[in-house]
Amino acid sequence: MPREVLQGTLDLMVLRTLAAMGPQHGLGLAKRILQVSEGLLDLNQGTLYPALLRLEQRRWIKSRWGVSDNNRKAKFYELTARGRRQIREETENWELTVALMAKFLVKPAGES
Amino acid sequence: MIWGRILDAFRRRRLDTDLEAQLAYHLDGLEAEGRAQGLSPEDARAAARRAMGGLTQVRDAYRDQLTIPVIEPLWLDTRYTLRALRRNPTFTVVVVLTLAVGIGANTAVFSVINSVLLKPLSYPRSEELVALRHVAPGAGSSALNLSPSMFLTYSEQNRTLQALGVWTTTISSVGPTEPEQVRVVVVSDGVLQALDVPPAAGRWLSAADQLGATRPLPSIFKAVTTVMLGYGLWQRRFGGDPLVVGRTIIFDARPMLVVGVMPRNFRIGDTEPDVIWPVGFDRERLTLAGSSAATFNYQAVARLKPGITIEQANADVERMIPIWMRSWSDGPGTTSQMYESWKLAPALRPLKDDVVGGVADMLWVVMATIGLVMLIACANVANLLLVRAEVRQRELAVRAALGAGRGRIVRSLLVESVLLGLIGGAVGTGLAYGGLRVLVALGPTNLPRLSEISLDARTFAFTAVLSVLSSVLFGLIPALKYTGPQISAALASLGRTASVSRDRLHTRSVLIVVQVAIALVLLVSAGLMIRTFEAIRSVQPGFTDPEHVQVMRMFFATSVVNDAVRATRLQNDMQDKLSAVPGVTSAAFGSAMPMEGFASNLGVVNSGSVRADDRPDQASDPLPPRLFKYASPGFFKTAGTRVLAGREITWTEVYGLRPVVMISENLARELWGTPRAAIGKHLSQGSGMPGHEVIGVVEDMRENGLDQPAPATVYWPTMSSYLNRTVAAPTTIRQVTFIVRSTRAGTEGFLNQLRQAVWSVNPSLSMMPRTMREVYDRSLVRTSFTLVMLAIAASMALLLGVVGIYGVIAYAVSQRRRELGIRAALGAQRRELSGMFVRHSLVLSGIGIVIGLVAAAALTRLMSTLLYGITPLDPVTYVAVPLVLMMATVIASYVPARRAASADPVEALKVE
Repeated sequence: MPREVLQGTLDLMVLRTLAAMGPQHGLGLAKRILQVSEGLLDLNQGTLYPALLRLEQRRWIKSRWGVSDNNRKAKFYELTARGRRQIREETENWELTVALMAKFLVKPAGES
Repeated sequence: MIWGRILDAFRRRRLDTDLEAQLAYHLDGLEAEGRAQGLSPEDARAAARRAMGGLTQVRDAYRDQLTIPVIEPLWLDTRYTLRALRRNPTFTVVVVLTLAVGIGANTAVFSVINSVLLKPLSYPRSEELVALRHVAPGAGSSALNLSPSMFLTYSEQNRTLQALGVWTTTISSVGPTEPEQVRVVVVSDGVLQALDVPPAAGRWLSAADQLGATRPLPSIFKAVTTVMLGYGLWQRRFGGDPLVVGRTIIFDARPMLVVGVMPRNFRIGDTEPDVIWPVGFDRERLTLAGSSAATFNYQAVARLKPGITIEQANADVERMIPIWMRSWSDGPGTTSQMYESWKLAPALRPLKDDVVGGVADMLWVVMATIGLVMLIACANVANLLLVRAEVRQRELAVRAALGAGRGRIVRSLLVESVLLGLIGGAVGTGLAYGGLRVLVALGPTNLPRLSEISLDARTFAFTAVLSVLSSVLFGLIPALKYTGPQISAALASLGRTASVSRDRLHTRSVLIVVQVAIALVLLVSAGLMIRTFEAIRSVQPGFTDPEHVQVMRMFFATSVVNDAVRATRLQNDMQDKLSAVPGVTSAAFGSAMPMEGFASNLGVVNSGSVRADDRPDQASDPLPPRLFKYASPGFFKTAGTRVLAGREITWTEVYGLRPVVMISENLARELWGTPRAAIGKHLSQGSGMPGHEVIGVVEDMRENGLDQPAPATVYWPTMSSYLNRTVAAPTTIRQVTFIVRSTRAGTEGFLNQLRQAVWSVNPSLSMMPRTMREVYDRSLVRTSFTLVMLAIAASMALLLGVVGIYGVIAYAVSQRRRELGIRAALGAQRRELSGMFVRHSLVLSGIGIVIGLVAAAALTRLMSTLLYGITPLDPVTYVAVPLVLMMATVIASYVPARRAASADPVEALKVE
């Protein structure tokens, strides 16, 4: 069963995807995110755009208009230096959270 | 992040198109993909839309991202409100004007209070400055100043003062040609040091200058050689030339060296001096109460040591009073017993209280009344907003139905009222600015610190707070009334029946009751002031036709004419010359006219006790002090004072140094029962002074103002051998007020002729002319200023109250048209219908009047110090004012009520 985007996780997904792929337009981002999530994520692709605007307002990404593979005008987003720093911080945060939760979620012996 | 959002908020339109382009690109991409997977074009489009999710939500979320938080929604409300207000110009103008007048009046009065009462005096560390005075209940004095010996004791023995100085005022002529009369403040060492204002040029007067000015009393001005100029005279007469320092200037025909100039707005007490002279005291010649000539004539100003309180300084002075009594004597055979019986006690207070003391009461009363007017204005605006909310009810209900929360609607209603309040405040500030310009120009000249009045940051803050607070006050009433849970019910019943608005009509009725009650309080206050004014105006001042009496202060300095007899001849010449000016009925002079405000008269005793020689019971001290005045032959005839018995003094008696006096009616009655019985009796000051024969008794004169009792007065001849209690060389009074009776008084041509007459007698004399009417009006200025302010406040209250009643009745009529139509159709008489509404409003204002009467009875007690001749519960006022209000109510409700009665039944029924 695909899941909805957990609050606050979409930002990191977008940033990581941009870090991995370089400058990318909204459609490409959406495709890549869905591809990486291997069907686990149920993304309303439209919600990407308010998120992109928010990231841009925070100066983590910047955008410019360019020409896409099929020769159409499209808006391309790319990471800024601040965005890279943000990825590092957020990644650490998540790793900590995951490690922490893992300790609680270990099934004790005997429990089925 | 917030900056990014604010920036984007300004690129909103472009970003909007950006989003649309991106969404279109995205959809196209998904659609193409779908078709590539073999879907039909329709299916591909549908699939693409599904994958995108709700586009409306996306756009909303995107746009939310583009707003500035908090400010943006308020700005939207504001723009919406402004549009709505523009669509209702009448409503907007009425509300804004009502508020502007209310806020403007409050701003103006507050700025006066701020400048006069709240702002510190313009001296460095002015909170350390105190005025040093005494009370002497035993001598009937509540404000006794210092004698020179007291000043010396205090300045040498005190432990709490950094600096102490004494000062007094006089006049002089600055010459040499066409001399101009100037205000002089004579200061001892310590005054300038205490006030601590640096000179604008040159230096302060020094202790050496004061020493140089030491002189045998009473002719204190003999040895003055150095002088400081005030800013006004410096600019006026010397063009602000800094080189005036070091120059020699002629004062009263005698040269003096200018050593310094004080800066603009420098004051000593509330006096802005033209000239400052030094004075020193000769220790060898001083006695307890000065020499026998100078009494407690010197005002004292002191600067407390840091950290010292007024109480500590008071205790310090209390400690020094016995030291003073032990250190000095009044000469052989006298004791300090007399002063002990006076029960001297120190009464220090902050210098500011001393300067503004008399007007604080009045200003707070005016502020309170203007504040009440503001409340009435708020009630009126609240009423108007209620009507408006009634009209907008459908709109509000629709907005509520569309999902606007209660908070949202309250917010938009409050935005409207705050906006109205701020616009009203802005217009009101303009009104206040204009009003203050008028006030400063025409204002009461004895309002202290008048020239300092201005709009400053504190005033603007007050206005802003007042605007916002009052708008929340009047805005909350409709906001809460119209946004309750029943609001959707309103949508259903709208326009059906009148019963929905019962509750709102009730609110408006309460507002009317409040308005009437406040208006009544204000009208009663104004009424009391009018009655006070009447009572004061009907007082016999002791002179007649003040507009035809020209009053001129003059100073015959010893440097102009030294010998007393020659001075008297000069004054006599002057009197003759002035009498000969065309149109003059008579002329004379005396030590002062009533209400001129000369507290002390240097060089001549102006109070003392006298004993009647045929009254052995008056042999010993203490006797009550009497006012001593000096009058030339013809003084009472010129002033228009009735001589009740006997006659006036003659020149022969003056030159013959005859021991004769005139006395006031109240003194004659006190000593001998009737004016006639006093004639031929004798009185003296004791100590070897021969008995002076009473040759005339004159009508009482209100020396200290119309609202003050006339003091018992002795009128001595202007020249006498006995001025200083004991026989000595003749002395004459040198600071005099000439009075000239003429129907031409006050006209420019007449004043020129008088001036020429003065200079023809002696070219180094100057005069400062006023009419007695000006003196009289000035003495009334506190009362008339309060009266005018309260009358303005009360008329505004009455007007607003009438408008309020009119509004409520008109509204009630319009709400009940249907019912009225039915009644008319069923045969109700027009008179009955209109009577119904008039009765309703009379009931409302009746309740308001009763509440108001109770409030007025409690509140007007606060203004009892401003009243004269009536009690705060003056029956005439308390009967007249409710009647006026009732009549106003009838008129205000009759007009709309008549419209109700004239409603055509058919027309009224057809409306719905």
